[in-house]
This record gives sequence, C-alpha cells and structure tokens, in this order.
Amino acid sequence: MAAGTHRRDRGPGANSSRNDWRSAGATFIALILASAILVSGAPAEKHLSVYSVAANYSVPIVQREGRDYVGLLEVLEPLGRVSGKADGTRWRLRYNNVEANFTAGANHAQVMGRDADLGGKFFLENKRGLVPVGALNSLLPRILGGPVTLHELSDRLFIGSVATHFTASLASDDPPRLLFHFSAPVNPSIANEPGALHMTFRREPLVGPASPTLTFGSKAIPSASYSESNGSAVVTVKTSIPVMASFSNDGRSITVAATPTPQAGSAPIPAPPSPQTAAQNTPAANAAPANVLPAAVPHYFAVVDASHGGDDHGESLSSTLLEKDVTLALARSLRQELQSRGISTVVLRDSDANLPLDQRAIFANADHAAIYIALHAASSGHGVRVFTAMLPFGSDDHGPFRSWTTAQHDWLSPSQSTANAVAGELQKRQLPVKNVAAPLRPLNNITGPAIAVEVAPQGADANQVMAPDYQQLVTSAVATAIASLRDQLAGAQPQP
Amino acid sequence: MIPRHLQIALAVLLAAALGLSIYAWHVRKTVAATPVAPVDTRPLAPPVTGPTEKVVLYVAQDEDGTMRAQPAQIPMPSGRQQRAEELARALISLYLEKNSPHVIGAGTEVRSVFLVDPGVAVIDMNGAFADSHRSGVLVEELTIASLIHTISANTPNILRVKILIDGKERETLAGHADLSSFYEVAAVDQLASQLQAGQ
Repeated sequence: MAAGTHRRDRGPGANSSRNDWRSAGATFIALILASAILVSGAPAEKHLSVYSVAANYSVPIVQREGRDYVGLLEVLEPLGRVSGKADGTRWRLRYNNVEANFTAGANHAQVMGRDADLGGKFFLENKRGLVPVGALNSLLPRILGGPVTLHELSDRLFIGSVATHFTASLASDDPPRLLFHFSAPVNPSIANEPGALHMTFRREPLVGPASPTLTFGSKAIPSASYSESNGSAVVTVKTSIPVMASFSNDGRSITVAATPTPQAGSAPIPAPPSPQTAAQNTPAANAAPANVLPAAVPHYFAVVDASHGGDDHGESLSSTLLEKDVTLALARSLRQELQSRGISTVVLRDSDANLPLDQRAIFANADHAAIYIALHAASSGHGVRVFTAMLPFGSDDHGPFRSWTTAQHDWLSPSQSTANAVAGELQKRQLPVKNVAAPLRPLNNITGPAIAVEVAPQGADANQVMAPDYQQLVTSAVATAIASLRDQLAGAQPQP
Repeated sequence: MIPRHLQIALAVLLAAALGLSIYAWHVRKTVAATPVAPVDTRPLAPPVTGPTEKVVLYVAQDEDGTMRAQPAQIPMPSGRQQRAEELARALISLYLEKNSPHVIGAGTEVRSVFLVDPGVAVIDMNGAFADSHRSGVLVEELTIASLIHTISANTPNILRVKILIDGKERETLAGHADLSSFYEVAAVDQLASQLQAGQ
C-alpha cells in the first residue's frame, strides 16, 4: 500500500519532471538551430584594408547605428607609437607627438586643438575609440601629417603614395596573350570560371586604370575590367577560350594566355601559389583549377621539363650560352622524338618563363604523367648523365604517408628501370653515360616514374650541347627507351 | 753684400733639395706602380697540432665523374666533432690545390662541423663555397657526396647530414644539388659506391 501510495505520489511528479526536461531539451535544440541559422546567414565580416609604406594590413569593421566604424588605435598601431586614454566620456589619443581628444556621442573631435568633423558619433567601448570609416579621410591627414586616400565603398585606405598601377596590352599572337605589367610585384589569387579569369589582389595597393573596362578587340580575350570590393581589388579577364595566368619579371608581369593542349605539345604554366593559399590547398588542388587543364588529357603521356628558365639561367656554359636555352631546345627536340614514336608529350616551360620547382612537380602529379623527364645541360665532363631521385631524410613520413620531399619513394623502382633503359640506349649510340641517383629537385616530389637527363659535350667545346645533330642523337635515344617501356610505364604502380 | 762662400753653400743646398725632391717623387711613383700581392687567407693545410692519423678521403674526379678513395695522413684531434671538422678541411684543402682533380671555388672554407645527437652532422660552409661553385647536377653532386662520405666513413654513427652556408639554409649548392633537406648517410653511401664503381 505504501508502495502504491508512493507510486501514485511519484507518478504525476515524474511526468511533470519528464515534461520539464522535454521542454528544456526542445528549447535547447531550438536555440542551437536558431544560432546555426543566424550564424550561417550572418554576413561575412568586413575589413578595412590599409596600405602604407610601413605595412599593409587590415582592421575589422564594426556596425554602429547602421554605419561602418573602425577602432582608431587598430588603424594607427602599425604606423607608429600610439596610445589611448579614457577618462569618463572623454578619450585622449596620442600618436607620436600628435594629441587628439574625443568625446563619446560627439560628432566632432579636437586634433592638436583644431576642430575635426567626424561625420557621425564617436563611440567609446572598452577604452577603444571607434570612429566612422568615412571620418578617416579627414582625420588621418591631421594625425599622420600626410596624404590619405580612402576608397570608402570598397573599404580600402591608402596612406601616402603607395598605389600600385598596372597596364594591360594584348600581344597579337595566335592565340592572343594578354600582358599585365605592374609598377610593383604582385601576388594575386587566381580563379577560373567559364568565360572569365579573376585575379584578386588582397594585399596589394592596386588601383585601377582611368577606365574600369579595357577592351582589346579580340574574340578570344575581348576585355578586362577592374573592380574593388570589401578590401580587395579584382581584375577580371573575359575570355572565350580556356586561359591561364603565368608570372614573370619577379611578379611584376602576369601573362594571360590560352591553355595549350598536351597534343599541341606544350603545357600550361600554373600560377605560383600565393602565400596565403599555398598552405590551405593541396599541391594537386593548386595545380588543377577547373578549366586550366584541357579536358582531353591523354591517359598516357610524357612530361618533358625544360629545367631553369626566366631569371634562373642555370649554368652559363659559355659567354653566350645559358643552360636554360639549351634545356628548352633539348625539350623541344625530345618532344618531337617522342611524338614521332606515338607518345603524347607535354613540355613544361615552352618559353623563357619562371616556373617554380613545386609547380613543375604539381603538374606532372596532378595529371598522372606516365613519365617525367627533367632536362639539364652542363659544360663540365663528357657525355650524358641519367639521374633518378636521391631522397632526403623524410622527417614527415608517417607509415604509408609520404612527405612532399620523399613523394618519389614508392616510384623509385620504375624510375630506375627507366633510367637503366635510357642509359642503355645512349650506350648503344656510343655516348659516354653515367647512371646514378642525384639530390635534384623536383625529382623527389614526383609521384610517378621520373628521371633527369644532363647533357654535357662529348669534347671540350661546350657549344656542342646546342648542336642540333648532337641534341637529336641524345633525344632520339631517350625517346626510343621511353617508347620501349610504354607498356611498363602505363601500368606502373607505386611500390612501398 | 753676401759673401761668396755663403752664395756657393746656398746654391749647393738648393741643388740638393731639388735632387732629393725628384728622387722622392720617383720612388713614390715606383711604389704606386708596384702591385701589392693580396693576402691569401685560405687555409692551406689543417692545423698541425696533435698526432697524425691515417684516414681515407673520398675525392671527386671531374675527369670521369667518379669518386676515388685516397688515403691521407692528417693531424687528428681526439674530439669526435673536431675530427669531423678536420676531415672536411682536409678534403677542401685538397680541392683547393693547384692540380685538384675536382676544382672548387677559391676562398672556400669549412666554418665548422657540429655533431648533434642522435646521429646528425651539420656542416657549415662559408659563402664562397656555394657562390663560387661550378653549376651542374653532377659536379655539385660530386662535391656534396665526397664531403658527406668522407666525414661519415671516418666518423661512426652519423646518420643524417645537413649542409648550411654561412650558418643558413640554402635551396641549392649552385642551382642544382638540393641543400634544403637533410641527407641520409645511407643514401649518400650508396651513391658513393655507384660513383666509385664508375657507373
């Protein structure tokens, strides 16, 4: 009975407790969902990009009474010695030897005793002084003692004469190339979409030309336009063909050109990864933006890498002969020999352009080239050297996961088989051959069969390496060896 | 009226002063035209302190792109790190000789060799080593392989080697051989065997 009473007494209470828990749980879930909806629907955080001789940086923009505000201390801190002192509703700012006084809620401030219109209320929050973004245009010249240009609509602030200008011109090649020249080195992030290539300049004080749209009278590349928004400048190139961008002249020039097809025999030169994106993207993702690579990349193809290029001359073989020129000539000769044997061939760096080592490896890896062949030339010694990768200590190797520096590890066996075959063919042609490993980048970064070939003269005259008949003797031997290994290379698998 | 003997004495003194001036001008001109030999600060040989010891240097041969073992008797200190340093210096001194089989740039010096446990050697070379080194895959590889193999073959328990230039990391020696990573001594030993076999 007592037990029954107890059950009766407990019954309604337990139901009530369960209902409380249910309603609390439902409220909690509703709150979580509401927060998620609010967060997902929240606008992206705005920033003010500040460009100055001392530093390029950005400061967060906050909303107060429907207007954009920035913290004055945050804007001035990278530029000099600055301090702020709150006293009730008053706030005193000291920048170097300049003193300014602000009052919370007031639309005016005193800078060195002179009145300055803020164009909106001054906010004092947690001893931080907030001023309307628009007020910087009039406030900062008095504090900094120099010219300031504010692009208020795009949240970009230029302190002093720091702007980077650019010109664009169309080279009437077939297909045409669009050449951009910048007054200072730039490193934009580049994105492709059908019909357009976007270059976004977040850290560079890029300013636009007199007309925001440039027309070129070309069907392939009809126009380019300049725009600014949310702290960035964007140059958009309209195209009717797949294009890619390549950098040269230490980042002062960008060439936008048609993406060549491997069948045509040359490969795109991918843009170097920007510092901010390199860490985020995998190498393969960096190398293969959607329409940079042609859709019809053949299943079996060779990548021939003309080493060096651009500012990297390689060895000066003589007073007039640079290694980068020899490797380019060798690469073109090898392409011809390979294609005559039915092997599609892509030449990396089919011009005198800078191409980082990582990008060379990325291209070969992203498209799973059947064989990667790097070409070098030397004046010392005699004959031809065939190299495979000598791997460094892989401090980041973990079990089956290889670091970038030892990516070649599982492919050493097919690489050595290829090197042996190439050395054998060269010997058949009575050429002195050396076949060893070498600590030579980017061989160690290639995830596939990879060799390097260094061509030295047979005698004392270094100019022989540029002789067409000698080059053909070497490249025909290499191509014959590659062709003989076609079945093996096509089915080559990593061997841990 | 000046006495005659004073006039003669004055004339003799003036003639002597003129003669000395001409002689001094001539000497100055001769000195200026004589080239002064630059002071050669390169180390020609390792320090001669301590007892000598028979070691094997692995010497690169430009002629045929090989590496040859070459016995040498050099003063060797007792400390392991100092021994590694002297081995590197002995090899570099040999390369700097007039009839070197593997020419490297004048002014090349070993700044120091550090042995860091477990099994890591850091070879710090001076800037001239890289700046004046000939460019080429094989020629750079020969230098690095001979340097590392000479130290590791004579100094037990070195597993990895890092080469610095003026205390800092460099991408390559002279445009080809990678200096950005640690060398595995086992891989260099294998390469040295290939190079000694003349492959």
